[in-house]
Amino acid sequence: MLRQIEGSRAVAETVAHCRPEVVCAYPISPQTHIIEAVGAMVKAGTLSPCEFVNVESEFAAMSVAIGASAAGARSYTATSSQGLLFMIEAVYNAAGLGLPIVMTLANRAIGAPINIWNDHSDAMAVRDSGWVQLFAETNQEAADLHVQAFRLAEELSVPVMVCMDGFILTHAFEGLDVPEQSDVDAFLPPYEPRQVLDPDDPVSIGAMVGPEAFEEVRYLAHLRQLDALARIPTLAAEFSEAFGRQSGGLVSPYRTEDAETIVVALGSVLGTIKDAVDVRRDAGDRVGVVGITSFRPFPRDAVREALSGARRIVVVEKAFSIGFGGVLSTDVAMATHDADCSLRTVVAGLGGRAITRRSLEELLAAASRDELDTLTFLDLDHGIIERERARMTATRRSGPSAENILRDLGTVASRIG
Amino acid sequence: MTAQPVRFYQVGSFAVGNRLLPDDDRTVQSDPTRSNSLDSGHRACQGCGEALGARYAIDAAMRASQGQLVAVNATGCLEVFSTPYPETSWRIPWLHSVFGNAPAVATGVAAAMKVKGRSDVRVIGQAGDGGTVDIGFGCLSGMFERNDDVLFICYDNEAYMNTGVQRSGATPPAARTATTEAVGPEPGNAFGQGKDLPRLAMAHDIPYVATATVADLRDLEAKVERAMGQRGARYLHILVPCPLGWGSAPGDTIKVARLAKETGLFPVFEAENGTVTTVSPIRHRTPVEAYLSIQRRYAHLFGENPRPDIVARIQAIADRNIATYGLLVDDESDNHDPKDPEGVTA
Repeated sequence: MLRQIEGSRAVAETVAHCRPEVVCAYPISPQTHIIEAVGAMVKAGTLSPCEFVNVESEFAAMSVAIGASAAGARSYTATSSQGLLFMIEAVYNAAGLGLPIVMTLANRAIGAPINIWNDHSDAMAVRDSGWVQLFAETNQEAADLHVQAFRLAEELSVPVMVCMDGFILTHAFEGLDVPEQSDVDAFLPPYEPRQVLDPDDPVSIGAMVGPEAFEEVRYLAHLRQLDALARIPTLAAEFSEAFGRQSGGLVSPYRTEDAETIVVALGSVLGTIKDAVDVRRDAGDRVGVVGITSFRPFPRDAVREALSGARRIVVVEKAFSIGFGGVLSTDVAMATHDADCSLRTVVAGLGGRAITRRSLEELLAAASRDELDTLTFLDLDHGIIERERARMTATRRSGPSAENILRDLGTVASRIG
Repeated sequence: MTAQPVRFYQVGSFAVGNRLLPDDDRTVQSDPTRSNSLDSGHRACQGCGEALGARYAIDAAMRASQGQLVAVNATGCLEVFSTPYPETSWRIPWLHSVFGNAPAVATGVAAAMKVKGRSDVRVIGQAGDGGTVDIGFGCLSGMFERNDDVLFICYDNEAYMNTGVQRSGATPPAARTATTEAVGPEPGNAFGQGKDLPRLAMAHDIPYVATATVADLRDLEAKVERAMGQRGARYLHILVPCPLGWGSAPGDTIKVARLAKETGLFPVFEAENGTVTTVSPIRHRTPVEAYLSIQRRYAHLFGENPRPDIVARIQAIADRNIATYGLLVDDESDNHDPKDPEGVTA
């Protein structure tokens, strides 16, 4: 049943329908509405049995989830940005222990400078942690991915992070279909842990492992991700059959047939890119786009296949590796290393900078003319940067850059959009 | 109110063999059917106070919970020496996550047990002093504040022993560690305000807080039993001498722990809901020199260039503890005579 509903609310209701037994909550924008809504459902008794633990930090949130999951309870939490970084030791630990925790990551930039708006720096910071990372393009997909995430996590004993763009998705109201309780119950069996803290069958979990076995333990984690790579498409197909709509999977190509230029991206910006592709198609450019839903495990074969006809690949990323360039681009380059095509990286939308259709149209047009640099920063204001560089050259104590730039800009709000 | 051990005329001291006691008063360790939670074969150093304290504490908790116990362990000596896999010494369900999160992980286990209707399964979190008073304190304070159903045990050996004896927030003044070397005009650890975790725990108004040492293992067991008889957040702080880090003889672990208590440097007490309810009085008031001089971490206070000024400052700390907690019983002389059969009535 379609309802007009906020993305966070839809995710919260979907998570509740997955019957989590322990939910850990710590507020951080833009994830907060999700845990608020789950908390209200637990408080009202509509989500029961469930322990809702208001913890004192994100580090504790993930740690409580670790304890609960190891004790056999389906465990869930949500975070963003600084929160993810604050819990990062426990994030790695959850993966290392093979605990099927599900976490929503409402993607947000990382400071400094402090910034609450959307980009993908947070997800990229835990790219190598051993978590499955699924990116939602829409709120419908964000909701649906959570149902698949619990199933995938528990089948494989691997934690799963559902990434959804902060504010752009979490705070957007739109019509969508929250997975019904009965359908979720039919899709998602009760959690049967592979390892559990049970006084009747005691085991030690989290023991010291030396060089004699560490590499093998890590390799097993890699194999579980490869298993996930095989399982994600079949789960999406099962989901489609049960719920009557397509969500999830490894990659989602759009108008890539006969495309010479294919854009690759993660998350909600795919919608705007599709609009830009439509415009450029109408203008005669043979362009298409491939969305990557499963960033970890990275679907090398599926990406290579989806990009196989392209002469140019343009990776649009909401994050970058400072001092080098693209993060997703590197993975795409690895996947297409033997293909005869160029690869360009476009860094866009950092800290919530709007990625407009018009900018993307110009970008696609430039790409089609082979005028894109290897690394481009979309809508970068070079004048502002030159002014700050000049200040830094003129005087040693030029002061904090971020604040200098804000002073140059005047009214900050006028820059957004 | 004070807790006064009963003295037995048969041996003329406070010590008594279990065979002389009624069954209910015998120690957990004396019971041939007790659990063996932390089994032999682990890799603790000779004379390790932590291994001794953990064994007594966890077996007592096992008896109190009828064997329905889960333990969560912070990173540290106890974790490392007990589980070089596959040679785990734990015969109970045991989970180690990371250094600073044992209280939160324990909360998670307790939450899982609650949601599954397994209120019979009890949860212990355990850590050394670093994992408790420093890196784990945020999670511990959160667990206390929420009054989660966890007994948290700190095995306090007053420094980061696992990494090679570095200073922690529980390291006492003047003690030499690898990061507070015994050099310069103020050798060893600085005199600060101290981080008194039992009092910080009491400030959370949790149901039960107690301190103990491995010198009085019957008292330790009794406190574990009392803690396990309650629900909510409980805290037990056990002083566990570390021969390696303290520079004490492995055979002196019990003696050193006893002197910590008898000098007043380590007050042994219980508190309920934020108020001290019992203290274990000093039996033989002992100057701090007796305690300090048998540990090499204080060697710079004695010998060729003695520092009586620093020893006096440490004595002042002990004196303040004695006054604060009322550690001296009124009739001190009575305690000095181990042959006094009248002590039965004390």
